[in-house]
Amino acid sequence: MKTTEKHLHEPLFHITRRTDISAAKAWMIRLLAILAALIVCALVIVTITDYNPLQVYVKMFEGSFSSERKIMMLLQNIAMLLCISLAVTPAFKMRFWNLGAEGQVLVGGLASAACMFYAGDSMPSPLLILVMLVTSILSGVIWGLIPAFFKSFWGTNESLFTLMMNYVAMQLVAFCIMVWVPSGSNVMGIINQNSQSGWLPELFGQKYLINILIVAVLTVVMFVYLKYSKQGYEIAVVGESENTARYVGINVKKVIMRTMVISGGICGLAGFLLVSGTNHTVSKELAGGMGFTAIMVSWLAKFNPLMMVLTSFLIVFLQRGASEIATAFRLNESVSDILTGIIIFFIIGCEFFINYKINKKSKKKEAVA
Amino acid sequence: MKKIICALLAVVMVLAFAACGNTDTASKGGEKDKVLSISEIEKTVATAMEKVEKANLKIGLICLHDENSTYDNNFIQALKEVQQELGLTNDQVLIKTGIAESDACYNAAAEFADAGCQIVFADSFGHETYMIQAAKEFPKVQFCHATGTRSQIELVSNYHNAFATIYEGRYLAGVAAGMKLKEMIDSGKITADKAVIGYVGAFNYAEVVSGMTSFFLGARSICPSATMKVTYTNSWFDIAKEKEAALNLINSGCVLISQHADSEGAPKACEEKGVPNVAYNISTIPMGPNTAIISSKIDWAPYFKQIINAALEGGTIPTDFCGTLENGSVKLTELNTKVAAPGTQEKIDEIKAKLISGEVKVFDTKTFTVGGKELSTYTADIVDKGDFVPDSEAIKDGTFAESSDRSAPYFDIKYIDGISE
Repeated sequence: MKTTEKHLHEPLFHITRRTDISAAKAWMIRLLAILAALIVCALVIVTITDYNPLQVYVKMFEGSFSSERKIMMLLQNIAMLLCISLAVTPAFKMRFWNLGAEGQVLVGGLASAACMFYAGDSMPSPLLILVMLVTSILSGVIWGLIPAFFKSFWGTNESLFTLMMNYVAMQLVAFCIMVWVPSGSNVMGIINQNSQSGWLPELFGQKYLINILIVAVLTVVMFVYLKYSKQGYEIAVVGESENTARYVGINVKKVIMRTMVISGGICGLAGFLLVSGTNHTVSKELAGGMGFTAIMVSWLAKFNPLMMVLTSFLIVFLQRGASEIATAFRLNESVSDILTGIIIFFIIGCEFFINYKINKKSKKKEAVA
Repeated sequence: MKKIICALLAVVMVLAFAACGNTDTASKGGEKDKVLSISEIEKTVATAMEKVEKANLKIGLICLHDENSTYDNNFIQALKEVQQELGLTNDQVLIKTGIAESDACYNAAAEFADAGCQIVFADSFGHETYMIQAAKEFPKVQFCHATGTRSQIELVSNYHNAFATIYEGRYLAGVAAGMKLKEMIDSGKITADKAVIGYVGAFNYAEVVSGMTSFFLGARSICPSATMKVTYTNSWFDIAKEKEAALNLINSGCVLISQHADSEGAPKACEEKGVPNVAYNISTIPMGPNTAIISSKIDWAPYFKQIINAALEGGTIPTDFCGTLENGSVKLTELNTKVAAPGTQEKIDEIKAKLISGEVKVFDTKTFTVGGKELSTYTADIVDKGDFVPDSEAIKDGTFAESSDRSAPYFDIKYIDGISE
């Protein structure tokens, strides 16, 4: 009979979950994945262009490291991506799918820009920066708290809610720019270009250093908060099981809202850093998709803030390398995006081999059949 | 734990504010407030460039989008053409695409300067303030910017604006559109009152308004019953939105479409619906072999050649360059005779000659009315102090003198009679 016949055929391989992989072996797999990715990328490069892949890789490296300016830009980009990743992490650890980082960053940035625009001439710069910092964080908090409030009290779906808040934030930015710059193509341009009022100052001649330092401190704080504080523990418990949390006497509503206050607040801070310390302007593209890339950074690092330094470095390094090879070889940016895609695919894919083991069909059983 | 965190944050804040105090006093003040009249500014700020050997010449181009945007592609192709003509290598002609109107633009410009470029060019309106920032930091590098308005105000000697009298090109493209409308009416396909043009604009501001008005005036000079409907997409490059806008216009009865937005959205919508299209920046005949009539464009090659030669010969770059029909900066692409009405080429040639000689003026105030009245005076915001307050008389000798006091367009009358949203 057909069914029994089928039963006799054991699949070529089957998958089991690994429970005890050593750190060394895990890293070995990751290294192999990167090597494999580079080989596949080389094949792609050879097939669609006639460049030497090694040359391309050298250029990719140069995109981040060939000058002091590039190194600072690399660090600045890492800092911003890391900051937003840190923001989404507590929410994700709590299994609250905050897809609204983009919007929370935008309203934070918008608040900063509004302060610069309206109070640029009437306040001394240090005071203005303080006001900007506070309003930005508050705006981010409000933007994060709204979906958390609805989720806690009425059980609304937070993924959709936070996602939609992004579009509201975008339109809000577009609207404000239209009010501030009545004739134009919805471009704000540098605010207070001559007075530099509300700009984060240079530190030791480096204009991004303050951003980088703030995020560095934040990374350590977030690591400690999640790992050693009582609140961090509560987040983990709520994430694992809301019922358990309730059973042990954790006020779940309170934890959800408190965590989103933190998440939104840090996004607001990121918006402040992007406006005051980086762009000195606001636009719909202020966050530039980082609100979503941050989710990947956070997941890849398994919500460990210190590991996120590494994963955000990886993403930024690839992005910068991609745009460098696009310029150096006159490749369309899409080509370099393909390469970045391949590398990220392998890196994410290799986690499968770290978590699962592939068992081949054993000969012994075949003999029995 | 909390104490440590607070201490750390405090240290960062103190560092921030300490550094703040240093720069704060340096450049506070209203140097921007001084207003120079247009004649005072003239082309006096530009200083001669240091002469460079051809082998050492380097130019960098910063583009908002990549080749898929017709607008950016127009710059890229022009620069590649000049590169080939002058025999420069790819290492001498650097192109960065996808550079946002943010700090990224400043960094791209600074990286070009680091790489040894003598000239850096940026193509998008929103790049301007970042280019000025870079120009101040790298006084030996020349920064040129298309569509900008600030070179006459900032007076940074190595910062330059450039644009062209594209309204003349638009007018000629409008003539081709008018010929098509006239053909449709003459052949009985539509009645005279149904000659409605649809226009997909990116943003409701001077550059777009000037272009669409001149296009409309060109069309109406041939087909007096023509009217025009405008839809804005509020984006420079959005294939879906532009396509949707064009389709909506077609469905609401527009019989010919033109656009000032940078994707293939509108031309493709026209090809789908079989509605004639007049485009901008590049020839769209490959996208719409059965509907594309002609495109007007700014040819940037003459300008690129001029600024590269300035570097090779140690010359100067004008503070505010304005290309014209006459010097080859404003052009029309190949006419698609399959779609265009017979006699279009002859008509275009005739009117082009008249535009160059000055016999025909695009914004002749006798040819249009605003709110039912002829325009005898109009104050436009020509000196861009950032205040959006109109400051200069634009009507001269019975014409709106577009691009004469500043290369970037300032015709911002929305709308003249016959155009509506």
